[in-house]
Amino acid sequence: MRHLAAALIVILTAAVIVLFAVSPGQGWWLPPAASTIARPIDALFDGILVTAAVGFVLVMALLTWAVWRGASPRADRARSVHGHLGLELGWTAAIGAVLVTVALAQLPTWAALRDTAAMPAGGATATVLAQQFAWRFGYAGDDGVLGTPDDIEAASELVLPAGEPVLLTLRSRDVIHSFFVPALRVKQDVVPGRAIPLWFTIERPGTYELVCAELCGLGHYAMAGRVRAIPRGEYDAWLAQQSRARLSTGVEDRR
Amino acid sequence: MSHAGAQRGFVRTWVLSTDHKVVGIQYLVASASMLLFGGLLAMAMRWQLAWPWTEMPILGKLLFPATGRVISPAFYTSLFTMHGTAMVFFAILPLLTGAFGNFLIPLLVGAPDMAFPRLNAASFWILLFAMGLFLAGFFVEGGAASAGWTSYPPLATLPSAAPGSGSGQTLWLLAIVVSGVASILNALNAVVTVVKMRVPGLTWMRLPLTVWGLFVAAALVLAALPVLTAGGVLQLADRWIGTAFYTPMGLMVNQFAPDAAGATGGVPLLWQHLFWFYSHPAVYVMVLPAMGMVSDILAVNARKPVFGYRPMVWAIVAIAGLGLIVWGHHMFTSGMGLEIGRAFMISTMLIALPSAVKTFNWVATIWGGRIRLTAAMCFVLGFVALFVIGGLSGIWLAATPVDVYLHDTMLVVAHFHYIVFGGTVMAVFGALHHWFPKMTGRALSENLGRVHCAGTFVALNCVFLPMHQLGIAGMIRRTADPNVYALYQHLEPLNRFVTWSAFALMAWQVLFLVNVVWSLRSGTRVGRNPWQGTTLEWEAPSPPGHGNFDRDLVVECGPYEYGDAAGEHDWRPQARGGRPGVDPTASRS
Repeated sequence: MRHLAAALIVILTAAVIVLFAVSPGQGWWLPPAASTIARPIDALFDGILVTAAVGFVLVMALLTWAVWRGASPRADRARSVHGHLGLELGWTAAIGAVLVTVALAQLPTWAALRDTAAMPAGGATATVLAQQFAWRFGYAGDDGVLGTPDDIEAASELVLPAGEPVLLTLRSRDVIHSFFVPALRVKQDVVPGRAIPLWFTIERPGTYELVCAELCGLGHYAMAGRVRAIPRGEYDAWLAQQSRARLSTGVEDRR
Repeated sequence: MSHAGAQRGFVRTWVLSTDHKVVGIQYLVASASMLLFGGLLAMAMRWQLAWPWTEMPILGKLLFPATGRVISPAFYTSLFTMHGTAMVFFAILPLLTGAFGNFLIPLLVGAPDMAFPRLNAASFWILLFAMGLFLAGFFVEGGAASAGWTSYPPLATLPSAAPGSGSGQTLWLLAIVVSGVASILNALNAVVTVVKMRVPGLTWMRLPLTVWGLFVAAALVLAALPVLTAGGVLQLADRWIGTAFYTPMGLMVNQFAPDAAGATGGVPLLWQHLFWFYSHPAVYVMVLPAMGMVSDILAVNARKPVFGYRPMVWAIVAIAGLGLIVWGHHMFTSGMGLEIGRAFMISTMLIALPSAVKTFNWVATIWGGRIRLTAAMCFVLGFVALFVIGGLSGIWLAATPVDVYLHDTMLVVAHFHYIVFGGTVMAVFGALHHWFPKMTGRALSENLGRVHCAGTFVALNCVFLPMHQLGIAGMIRRTADPNVYALYQHLEPLNRFVTWSAFALMAWQVLFLVNVVWSLRSGTRVGRNPWQGTTLEWEAPSPPGHGNFDRDLVVECGPYEYGDAAGEHDWRPQARGGRPGVDPTASRS
């Protein structure tokens, strides 16, 4: 019995380690990062993983030994130990120190994500309008101001310049959605009744999948979009061309 | 109980009784049935995630004749909504606070019954009514509620937003409000019983940790559940009388404009605050009693005192206290500001500390013990191992920037299933093996129990461990078809592995049903104290009659006197002798 009990804990420990070790090679892992904020986030992720792994192996080793040794047949009785203040204070302090370190380590990254002082002023901006079950995007037209009749509209694909900070304003016209681009490590709920700012810098040109991450109804699973990052020059040309196309068709903004 | 049963007939004994043990067993049967039902819903979800939009063999014809034998997108949203709700509100919470709370609290504090026996029976019948309302959702137009167990407005509140947001959602809300009333009454009873009905000598610091866990969980229910219940009433008001607590201005939902109906100007995030103000503490209501029972079962079977009794008590209290101020970590991606995000991050990091301290105390408890690997012990050792995994993955989710990426992915699903299934359900199986003899007078089969435990342990890891990988790869939860995204397509083998493992896990639970049915009829008959436990429930006959104890009890020591200093044997019961004529309700610490 004790062989089996101890073996199960050892097998679990080994299985966890092996699974996490092979996962990056299998692609069962963080998708290749494409934004500047992804670096500190991934570093935090890795740091916590290593810390947790050390704690996990330590506790599992202690547990296995305690079960293996404790369940061996012996005639004498256990010592009636009711506790040990030093041990108690020791592990409380050690775990506390680890948790404080983790807490401090993530403060700058949280600030980069949420501190409005870090919000880019000027540069590329766009609006995101979420609705059941599609994404629509808006850009300032020739007047350079968002929310005016000459705004440019696009659906499904959000085109943005690579290599510079961009600022999005997120709105929903029905229920709560969530703007999630795994490769960029950004996720922001889109809450009806609010206009929520979101900013990031895409490091390299490419097309990245946009996922709706908040349950928004029966079509939630299919509310897919794309973010296409292109160099600044191409972006300017694309905007100009969109603006001309809009004028030629005479589409009115009806939002 | 069996003696009285012969005299009074089945209905009066098992249906109309106000005996806390009968009420506990009623809770046990009802919530275990919901556990089974919730498990079956999960199987359907796993089918869909492994083979999206594929005809379900045999069952598809019976269950989904209208949608071509496949699960429809609308029904899929009902599946996870009803799975989550059934498990949290109608299976796990009543299993702990209702079944074990009712059965164990009076026995462990030496009382003849709960403080308010009729209120106790009433809380069960109110809960059963809530379960009926909940299940009725499947039979109304539009189907069962489909806005997730979190029921976020406006998806939940506007009938035009989703098929299940019609009558199904109304029934769901009624069920939550009514079950809230039942839980509050039950918690009130538990708190009063522990405060007022301990036998003489049973001071606070002599209470078994099971009682501490159940007591603090009940206090937590009293502190937080009224908030969710009131929030649910507000959501009902939004639907019934045209208020707009949660509906903002200017929406256009599926060609319906709430403004035109005159009901707008509310705030969707208000609900998230009210919901999580209880529903995060609910996690601790689901795990604190389990932690208490685990501590007791470890001590009995390691023949050694619980290591650090006082730190364990303070850890329970600290978890409950901090549990009231961490709810915002469910809302890190809601648009939360910088400072408030920091505050919730820090409170969440802090709550990891008492949980981790408890883990080290459990390991220290069995360290150097004389371990008996009873089936109960196997399950609670499993609890410790799996709780560690669930706790460690929580650090990622407490770290705000990492949570932003992992929020609403399968990693969150993995995390809380390690706590609720790997943790609480394993502890519940352990507790059932431990206290089944007290409930019925017969023991469950130990060997069958160990086989059930080993298989469950292996299968549940096969189900929930790879879910971490799915989440890390960015796969969102609540999706009916991960293959929509190129990003998730290579995860299909992993999803299928999880599904096969889930089927095996579900099938394996048949062993437990067999064990219960067989043992009820043919299990070994046991005396009062089959495990040589020290606490008061083992003083009573198995099963105890109405009124529980056949002699007056006086407690003269703590609950964990095991080992070489315990006296003649390796254990010393809490109660000795007993003074006739002492009023058990007159106890004071």
